[in-house]
Amino acid sequence: MELFTNQVLAGIATGAIYACMALAVVMIYQAIDHLNFAQGEMAMFSTFISWQMMQWGIPYWGAFVLTLAFSFAGGIVIERLLFKPLAKAPILTNVAGFIALFAIINSVAGLIWDFTIKQYPTPFGSSPFLGSQLISTHQAGMIGVTVLLLILLFFFFQYTRIGLAMRAAASLPESARLVGINTSWMIALGWGMAAAIGSIAGMLIAPVVFLEPNMMGGVLIYGFAAAVLGGLTSPLGAVIGGFLVGIFENLAGTYIPGVGNELKLPIALALIITVLVVKPAGLFGRPIVKRV
Amino acid sequence: MLFRQQSRIAALATAVITFAAMSGSALAQKKYDTGATDTEVKIGNIMPYSGPASAYGVIGKTEEAYFKMINAQGGINGRKINFVTYDDGYSPPKAVEQARKLVESDEVLVVFNPLGTPSNTAIQKYLNAKKVPQLFVATGATKWNDPKDFPWTMGWQPSYQSEAHIYAKYLKKEKPDAKIAVLYQNDDFGKDYLKGLKDGLGAKASMIIAEESYETAEPTIDNHIVKLKATGADVFISITTPKFAAQAIKKIAEISWQPLHIVSNVSASVGGVIKPAGFENSQGILSAAYAKDGADPQWDNDPGMKKFFAFLEKFYPEGNKLDGSVVYGYGAAQTMAKVIEMCGDDLTRANVMKQAASLKDFAPDTLLPGVKINTSATDFAPIEQLQMMRFKGEKWDLFGDIISGELSN
Amino acid sequence: MSAVEDVVTEAPAVEAVPKRAMTLGFGTSLVMLALLLLVPLFVKNFIIFQLTMLLIYGLAVLALNILTGGSGQFSLGQSAFYAVGAYTSAILMEHADMNYALTLPIAGIICFAFGFLFGQPALRLSGVYLALATFALATAMPQLLKLGFFEHWTGGVQGLVVTKPDAPFGLPMSQDMWLYYFTLAITVGIYVASVNLLRSRSGRAFMAIRDNEIAASAMGVDVALYKTLAFGVSAGITGVAGGLGAIAVQFVAPDGYTITLAISLFLGMVVGGVGWLPGSIVGSAFIIFVPNIAEGISKGLSGAVFGVLLFLVIFLVPHGARQVAMVAQQLIGKLKK
Repeated sequence: MELFTNQVLAGIATGAIYACMALAVVMIYQAIDHLNFAQGEMAMFSTFISWQMMQWGIPYWGAFVLTLAFSFAGGIVIERLLFKPLAKAPILTNVAGFIALFAIINSVAGLIWDFTIKQYPTPFGSSPFLGSQLISTHQAGMIGVTVLLLILLFFFFQYTRIGLAMRAAASLPESARLVGINTSWMIALGWGMAAAIGSIAGMLIAPVVFLEPNMMGGVLIYGFAAAVLGGLTSPLGAVIGGFLVGIFENLAGTYIPGVGNELKLPIALALIITVLVVKPAGLFGRPIVKRV
Repeated sequence: MLFRQQSRIAALATAVITFAAMSGSALAQKKYDTGATDTEVKIGNIMPYSGPASAYGVIGKTEEAYFKMINAQGGINGRKINFVTYDDGYSPPKAVEQARKLVESDEVLVVFNPLGTPSNTAIQKYLNAKKVPQLFVATGATKWNDPKDFPWTMGWQPSYQSEAHIYAKYLKKEKPDAKIAVLYQNDDFGKDYLKGLKDGLGAKASMIIAEESYETAEPTIDNHIVKLKATGADVFISITTPKFAAQAIKKIAEISWQPLHIVSNVSASVGGVIKPAGFENSQGILSAAYAKDGADPQWDNDPGMKKFFAFLEKFYPEGNKLDGSVVYGYGAAQTMAKVIEMCGDDLTRANVMKQAASLKDFAPDTLLPGVKINTSATDFAPIEQLQMMRFKGEKWDLFGDIISGELSN
Repeated sequence: MSAVEDVVTEAPAVEAVPKRAMTLGFGTSLVMLALLLLVPLFVKNFIIFQLTMLLIYGLAVLALNILTGGSGQFSLGQSAFYAVGAYTSAILMEHADMNYALTLPIAGIICFAFGFLFGQPALRLSGVYLALATFALATAMPQLLKLGFFEHWTGGVQGLVVTKPDAPFGLPMSQDMWLYYFTLAITVGIYVASVNLLRSRSGRAFMAIRDNEIAASAMGVDVALYKTLAFGVSAGITGVAGGLGAIAVQFVAPDGYTITLAISLFLGMVVGGVGWLPGSIVGSAFIIFVPNIAEGISKGLSGAVFGVLLFLVIFLVPHGARQVAMVAQQLIGKLKK
């Protein structure tokens, strides 16, 4: 029983990482109706920027805010320069564009900061949280930030004009245009916000996994899985999905005899696919109604 | 200047050896295979500059810079080194394509230091069939020391298994009642190492009470550590690559587990692992080394490392001395240069192999004092010695003798 | 069509390509074939090897094209089928001493079955969800191949070394050249069969599903059957390509079949033009040669150079090589007038 509780707690701790990333995934999906494969790399790059600022002597929170601004602007610039011209191209061509962006960012980061791992500071400290050695104050802080982000996003999408406009632009572009929403800029704004949320995720994840150009590779797979499991249209679902994937994975690794440990990622993914087969829009997603 | 003198002496020594070996055949006669001429020696190389293992691309860049230095100093025996290096993205099919390009299109004399067990396995048969030396491969698998079946393939670094033997020996002697927990990477590196550890423990392999494997796709290995702690083990052996080794060190400190912690040499870099993981978390960790650490202040005045630092400054300023791969590339390239030098004017592929198999007590600048490279026609494992070390303060303290991890024991 | 309807009808991920536009004209095909037959006679063995790989990847891209361009289903998991094909051939050759040529149909059949079965749960998924499911398959495959349980056959993390076949009947040609012509024969055979498949009743069913699933089922197309069938056919062809790849490279290992391969094949399809079968070979050339060009420009930034080149291609021709071919055709048409 103790092992079980421990593994669940450890699962929640890693789940926080996935949840954080999944939020960024949902954000971009709300804006462009697609997954962005370069999202992890964008987050990694932002994290490096903040690290570099701290190396130059800027205090943590200063670097944090500057990085947010940088990422927001960076996301918009990437959309305007690289993806707006592809707006009319087929979706699959856009996906190829994401892959190209992935390759570029990863390679440039490797050249600037090389591939040795870097220590990244945490504002929350890393002592045990509430006496439990399994969750550190950093991980608790990470969960707190994720929940805070979730609440902010909820209000943004539910109650602000711009949030509503953005949702309209993503789901009903034609009608949104008719009521005077500049859908093209809404997409750019979505990119900016997704990049900013991604950078928060990156800065929270880096203290746990260490900063290096390939740090988001694994995280992104889990982030996608979490977002898809929870439902790509639901920020709340994405966060819950993140924790579920973290716990699933740990329990599968611990309790399935023989292959559990070696195959915990495939098992977790298989479970997600099973869930999707039953609930195609994810646990909390809006079902898509198809008509001719 | 010093270098040139040394090389002249070395050349003389080589000449004597060659003379003895060729039993009186004309010394001045020049013999060449494809890839060597009066003015140039072409050396091929394959590295993962892109893809999942791109961190190791630094090795190729260091080697390129090293040969640039050699050329700036006048080359070897009057010949410039033409270093051709290609990217395989750590994919075996691409490695085959690049190896064939090197041999058939660029026509190199040797393929030197290609990286990765899968890539090297993929090209081994081809290179041996073509009788092209596959020299000093950048992987620690044990299988490269097989002169009978693969006379054209040779390793360089100590094999993973022999390193694991050293830890097994140490544990049997110092902590015979240890309960060992092992975390290993689920690939050729981890499996080879684990095998070495078990072979080394021999009848006492039951000392290992828990084994956990992880995939490199996992963002963190924290949960494995939690699980291993729960087994009640008092020795933790970390067969991990740098990122995961650092995560393990940090997590173990966070959950206040205090096992005897052994880290594989792959991840013993002070700058690349220990410092990011935190010095305060790393006290008392054990490992073994064969090369000096560029981040360790104890080597600041070491003559060999001074040469290494001078090289970095002049020929490879973007190289990070904290990165173990830079030290590695330098040592491997120096060994290659030594072999070419020993070949004298007989630059045939057969002679390159023969000279590579006749290294006697060769000590590249970056190897630990006392660790020497020795090879023979039946011993294709150049570096076989390591020394154990314990982390204290901000550096590694070497202790004990230089141990050979040869598999014969 | 009003705006509202436009949205509730799920926009097809793949645009409709008329079936005639999916192939080359007869004359052009003959010229291509003649080129493919003659070139190896004049180049080095190494180039022949590259050309063999070009055909093999071309075959794998073609398989994906049938799935995506033909039936509108998206897959990021082709590397898994490729791996199963490669391992099937390798294991049969090395453990059962089977002739290499015989292993290929077996690899194809096993992969067909595998793809058909995988197509069942995939039926319920579409768009991003299907992408994730196939992506999961591709990520899981190397881990499955490493499993200790299969190690006796697969060689585990070490992989298996495969023997390269000699030319039969004492034909005076190198192993590489023989393998090239062998691969070419299979590729041409599969290409012709695929073209015919897409022109057949099944092909029309695939395309009806691609363009509008609900309308297709209303017209009496057994959507479930044809969707899984498309998966099966695609996986089967990929499996044959994988088997050929194992023979050409002489080695199989889990590291050779990672998600990177699946992504490459996907890029090959986009660059070649989704739904345009002859484009497969262009896409295959892109994924083999462009990384070489990129690293030639800069070692440290090869990934970035590759990305930039890829962006250039999709900016200039968002519809891939198909667009180039169509423009060329129009130009020729104008000249004739």
